[in-house]
Amino acid sequence: MQVSLTVNAKAVSLDVAPNTLLVQALREHLRLTGVHVGCDTAQCGACTVLMNDRAVKSCNLLAAQAEGARITTIEGLATAEGDLHPMQAAFKECHGLQCGFCTPGMVLSAVDLCKHHPKAGDGEIRELLEGNICRCTGYQNIVKAVQQGRDAMVSA
Amino acid sequence: MGASDFAKLPHIGEAVRRKEDYRFLTGGGQYTDDIQLERQTHAVFVRSPHGHAVIKGIDTKAALAAPGVLAVYTGADVAADKVGGLPCGWLITSTDGTPMKEPPHPILAQGKVRYVGDHVAMVVAETLEEAKNAAELVDVDYDVLPAVTRVTDAAKATTIHDAAPDNHCYKWALGDKAGVDAAFAQAAHVTKLDLVNNRLVPNAMEPRAAIGYYNRSSDDYTLYVANQNPHVERLLMTAFVMGLPEHKVRVIAPDVGGGFGSKIYLYAEDVCLTWASKKLNRPIKWTADRSEAFLSDAHGRDHVSHAEMAMDKDGHFLALRVHTHAAMGAYLSTFSTAIPTILYGTLLAGQYRTPQIHVEVDAWFTNTAPVDAYRGAGRPEATYLLERLVTRCGWELSLGQDEIRRRNFINQWPHQTPVALQYDTGDYLGCMTRAQELADVAGFPARRAASEAKGLRRGIGYSSYIEACGLAPSNIAGALGARAGLFECGEVRVHPTGSVTVFTGSHSHGQGHETTFAQVVAARLGVPVESVDIVHGDTGRVPFGMGTYGSRSISVGGAALMRALDKIETKAKKIAAHLLEASDADIEFTNGVFTVKGTDKSVPFAQVSLAAYVPHNYPLDKLEPGLNETAFYDPTNFTYPAGTYICEVEIDPATGVTRVDRFTAVDDFGTIINPMIVEGQVHGGIAQGIGQALLEQCVYDPETGQLLTGSFSDYAMPRADDMPLLQLDTICTPCLHNPLGTKGCGEAGAIGSPPAVINAVLDALAPLGIKEFDMPATPYRVWDAIHAAQV
Repeated sequence: MQVSLTVNAKAVSLDVAPNTLLVQALREHLRLTGVHVGCDTAQCGACTVLMNDRAVKSCNLLAAQAEGARITTIEGLATAEGDLHPMQAAFKECHGLQCGFCTPGMVLSAVDLCKHHPKAGDGEIRELLEGNICRCTGYQNIVKAVQQGRDAMVSA
Repeated sequence: MGASDFAKLPHIGEAVRRKEDYRFLTGGGQYTDDIQLERQTHAVFVRSPHGHAVIKGIDTKAALAAPGVLAVYTGADVAADKVGGLPCGWLITSTDGTPMKEPPHPILAQGKVRYVGDHVAMVVAETLEEAKNAAELVDVDYDVLPAVTRVTDAAKATTIHDAAPDNHCYKWALGDKAGVDAAFAQAAHVTKLDLVNNRLVPNAMEPRAAIGYYNRSSDDYTLYVANQNPHVERLLMTAFVMGLPEHKVRVIAPDVGGGFGSKIYLYAEDVCLTWASKKLNRPIKWTADRSEAFLSDAHGRDHVSHAEMAMDKDGHFLALRVHTHAAMGAYLSTFSTAIPTILYGTLLAGQYRTPQIHVEVDAWFTNTAPVDAYRGAGRPEATYLLERLVTRCGWELSLGQDEIRRRNFINQWPHQTPVALQYDTGDYLGCMTRAQELADVAGFPARRAASEAKGLRRGIGYSSYIEACGLAPSNIAGALGARAGLFECGEVRVHPTGSVTVFTGSHSHGQGHETTFAQVVAARLGVPVESVDIVHGDTGRVPFGMGTYGSRSISVGGAALMRALDKIETKAKKIAAHLLEASDADIEFTNGVFTVKGTDKSVPFAQVSLAAYVPHNYPLDKLEPGLNETAFYDPTNFTYPAGTYICEVEIDPATGVTRVDRFTAVDDFGTIINPMIVEGQVHGGIAQGIGQALLEQCVYDPETGQLLTGSFSDYAMPRADDMPLLQLDTICTPCLHNPLGTKGCGEAGAIGSPPAVINAVLDALAPLGIKEFDMPATPYRVWDAIHAAQV
């Protein structure tokens, strides 16, 4: 079947099987390998992308469900010139990543979190990050990065 | 260059932001599953659904006829091609002088399966979906046998391996038993403790993955694999399993999404893919899904122990006696046998002067996934036992958790323990004192009163850990049964314009070596950090390596680089002397500039490197052109990071929920190159330790051997809201025997934190008369213990 959608500001049309997951369409058809698969029960959030500006787990959606949607993956977050988005820059500045595997999903969840909960405190940020598992950082620097990234997004 | 001079160099101790982050933050990381080769095929493994069973037959006909299927391989194919089994890297000798039982570990089952997830067949197809569908059609006829999953049930269970009829792998002991018995006879007080160290699943976020690729034109193999030590993987696979020459096998471990020990080992899948890629003359990719990772990755811990401490009337330790049952799982994984012995028994002195220690370990086969190193590997088990016991000793003698430690801390170095290790340096009291200040221990009674006013219970727990890192002096390891060396290798390649590429045998899978190692080189050569790139994880580019585990990278891999840099500096000084028309002995090298002592004559590093490659004005009669040096470094001792962790928990008796309210860690890692990265390592280690103490437990059904915690829905991984704000500090007593003064920081958090948390839980529950509690302190178990105590 044909699925038409916008991925990282570019219109694409994909020929996929009806059971193709959005994450497979992104990784295998479009080779956007920054979208990671860390589990098979929609628990870890490594596959998180933005769909119409909301964070979604792309392992838990069919590609067909993204018909007509605007998708942003981690590859589409920096500027065309390669300058980091304020949230990406904050993760680097705060050492909010180690192995990097959960990072794309974590950053995109953080972008969504800050847009929809601009006043979230430390405890609330931790609760809102429940859907993303990181095994390396103990989350402390991630929480710090989310706060710093949010401040930068507000002033940007 | 010595450690004290090194620590004063620019960039050392600087929180340089990581060079690797840009690619990870923009989706540019290249993990194994991201690699797509031309004509690539896909493999799926058919795994045992039973904990223990005889294979009566395998019918592959329907699978072979399925769309897209290229091959189905079983144990019969492996046997026909004479592919060997997986080797164990460490030989343990039992107390009766016999070698450990070392049964075969086939890459595809030979007549029997021994745990749920054991590899039975490999299906290869054009697409992953076709391979998955065909795997469903492989018909295996099993005769199910009774399974055993608890280590304490193993002795009486059905035989798992013919080579070990009673399921016993070895009995190992260390220390002076007679001396310990004599000390116990004199003791004024003996404290006893039984405890369980819960089985854990490492769960690096990137599941294991590999691609085997055989190139018929050049008759060589490339294995891409999510692995922590590609040269070791190659050595084991070529020399011990496939009988291939090493120059025909290249192992590439590209970006690796966390390891924590689980990616050290040579796994059956890696060999199957490599072997079959030649048979099919196609690359074959396999990526574990998370369910498969739970079943087939090596697990950690799984000890059942009894410990006794003999003391005089003032609480001074006289002797320690320990017995441990350790689970090996169904097969011996690469370093499995060393974990509950060499990396456990030797650590039981902890930070204390205990003059006599005797430890005995029985290792058993069980019908579970193999057990091997997981962050800390033996040292968390030793620390948990000792620090639980020490706190209990204090309580029984009405001494505070700090006082019982203070009375027994080692306070002179070097210190020879009764369990083989010699600690070179440390300041254990200094760490504890600083931790008490930072944790505001003085304010604890007020905080406890405030909690009690809310109907909550508050407790405080101490843990003073030590670990042996920087593995390891090869001759000592060899004498203890290691079948490999434990040195490290590094090559420093200075380019003509003075930029540098470094090739290191250490492997980074989150540790940030591309930054830390670049700081070391930049500091030594006086070049910007940006001018140094680090290459790792490729046997085709790096001369040799033993990889990353046991917090060894900076202390062994970094030390190898220091040796190579010494050679670079020596040669560069000769070139500079020639350019400056001075004698070699008069050249000084500081901040990237060569100077003739006592003059203003100088030449910058980049001019010397250019002269090395454009040797027009060059001492060709005495010196080769080029500036490229390789060094191997074999340590003379282990390093001994140590620290004190203090945890405060608040427990809601109504729900049993335990919340870590405050957590303080003060560590002595010796010299610190990049404090930001070191802090990150401690954060992550503590999260895994709090996970073990409060959340995580790998559970098998004891009757059937089914894995009950086989997904993130069933196995509780720490999430952001499970973690408190951690307060960290460090003190520094530099390691005395490596050129950087470093000790290693990767595992400390996971080693030191579990007993701190459980001691705090017990402190909170002590008024209810609760003296025993095994990890994890889940709400149900805490609630249950509170209610049982009140009945």
